Amino acid sequence: MNKQEFLEKLKGGLSGLPQEDIDERLAFYGEMIDDKVEDGLTEEEAINGIGSVEDAVNEIISDIPLAALVKKRVRPKRKLRAWETALIILGSPVWAPLLISALAVFFSLYVSLWAIIVSFWSVAGSCALCSVASLVPAAVLIGQQNALAAIAVIGAALIIAGLSIFMFFGSKAATKGVLRLTEKSVTGIKRTLFRRENANEKVD
Amino acid sequence: MDIQLKRGLLDVCVLAAIRNCDSYGYKIIKDMKPYIELSESTLYTILKRLEAADMLTVRTAEHDGRLRKYYHITEEGIKRIADFKEDWKEIISIYRFVTREDDGNE
Repeated sequence: MNKQEFLEKLKGGLSGLPQEDIDERLAFYGEMIDDKVEDGLTEEEAINGIGSVEDAVNEIISDIPLAALVKKRVRPKRKLRAWETALIILGSPVWAPLLISALAVFFSLYVSLWAIIVSFWSVAGSCALCSVASLVPAAVLIGQQNALAAIAVIGAALIIAGLSIFMFFGSKAATKGVLRLTEKSVTGIKRTLFRRENANEKVD
Repeated sequence: MDIQLKRGLLDVCVLAAIRNCDSYGYKIIKDMKPYIELSESTLYTILKRLEAADMLTVRTAEHDGRLRKYYHITEEGIKRIADFKEDWKEIISIYRFVTREDDGNE
């Protein structure tokens, strides 16, 4: 791959970004390749040193905040025609509630996911509390010289204590899982926005 | 090296690479190479960030019939390096504390 091909491919990969950003990045990589060649490398070697276009594009996308991508995506590429604006406004009683309810569904799904996590932690917490609190009736039973009942209560307390430890690790793992899921979803959304944008521009 | 730690060091390293005289992209990477490796895209992001923070300025100059961007450190950038040196004193004392613990265990 020569310099021209590399820059063309990079340009294709970045086509979702604002034009000035693309130009600036292309100039940056172009200058880098020229300087490497001036330093005695062949064009091929210079480009290999930079790595694959895909890696460069991925690195660039991950540096762009999600908000910026969404903002760009929402803004239309050209001025809307009068009838398109009219259609959007007239259609708003249909699409606005649909959009709001779709967002609400996703939001409530996400909230309920966290609600499960909260309930995990509260079960773990109440088990721990229960096992400690059982010491009170156990002490009372010992005071009444009811050894059998006291042993039964202490045994139950130990089981609950064990359960709470078990639940603690379970809850911790579940919390981590949800956090990772959130992170992955955000990256996923970013990627989808970016890819779809690229696809649109190719069609245009 | 730990990624978070490296990320924190890279900004200062880039500033250090242009402290004594203005430099350009390829030279910055080359000068830093013996100490810390960074990719072209990472350098681009760092330069953008430092420019936005007024720690460096950019000028385009002709070189050998083509354009090349030169980066110049500002007062703010020099201050950043000074702050880093101050922070590092603290880190060195923490390092001494950590390694002393090591010796104690042996």
